[in-house]
Amino acid sequence: MISLTHEEIDYHGLTESVRSDSCGAVLLFLGTVREMTGGRRTVALDYDAFPEMARAKMQELEDEARRRWPVHEVAIVHRLGRLELGDISVALAVSCPHRAECYEAGRWLIDTLKITVPVWKKENWDDGATEWVHPGVEAGTAPPAAEPGTDS
Amino acid sequence: MKLPVRLYARARDLAGADTVQIELEEGATIAMLRSALMEQCPQLQPVGSSLLFAVGTDYAAETQPLNAESQVTCFPPVSGG
Repeated sequence: MISLTHEEIDYHGLTESVRSDSCGAVLLFLGTVREMTGGRRTVALDYDAFPEMARAKMQELEDEARRRWPVHEVAIVHRLGRLELGDISVALAVSCPHRAECYEAGRWLIDTLKITVPVWKKENWDDGATEWVHPGVEAGTAPPAAEPGTDS
Repeated sequence: MKLPVRLYARARDLAGADTVQIELEEGATIAMLRSALMEQCPQLQPVGSSLLFAVGTDYAAETQPLNAESQVTCFPPVSGG
């Protein structure tokens, strides 16, 4: 089960959705908004996506995980829009008969999602500056807006 | 042909538009689109060499040919999760 949402993620429901009597292992990964990055303080993150492609790539992740490991069920939800400190940006639940393959599948799913799924986060620093996060690209910080809160 | 290229994240901010129209020869490749995009939207220079391209919902290689119906999207490296 793959989805994008602007709502708070129900990670308990997500975890329940992958549980099965055939599985002895269920793994839940949550990505959450962290306060400090390289000595700078984050106030919020804005997440944007190319939704059609993001869903397609997330589905491919599920399909590939099923080819590689004896996965019973996979559920991945990525949240979009404005997220505050501590909010959950992504939740990934996976179930397998045994824990070793469950850990491997879960680790591969989240690592690969971060490289291939077209979702981007924009930092909103505590000094009012904003900055898109693009790994491998030199940072381009936009100065604080003249009238905070009026940018789209 | 004039090809609409959809932009995301910092590429969209730098261009100041969701979509840019790029003039290309029929049968041009992604590599040729990249050059044309840099020429026609020089403000994308800060992310230029890192830009990724998709046709439809799949990543496109530099050698992939394009036609007038190609749905092209362009964006800097992803940072979800």
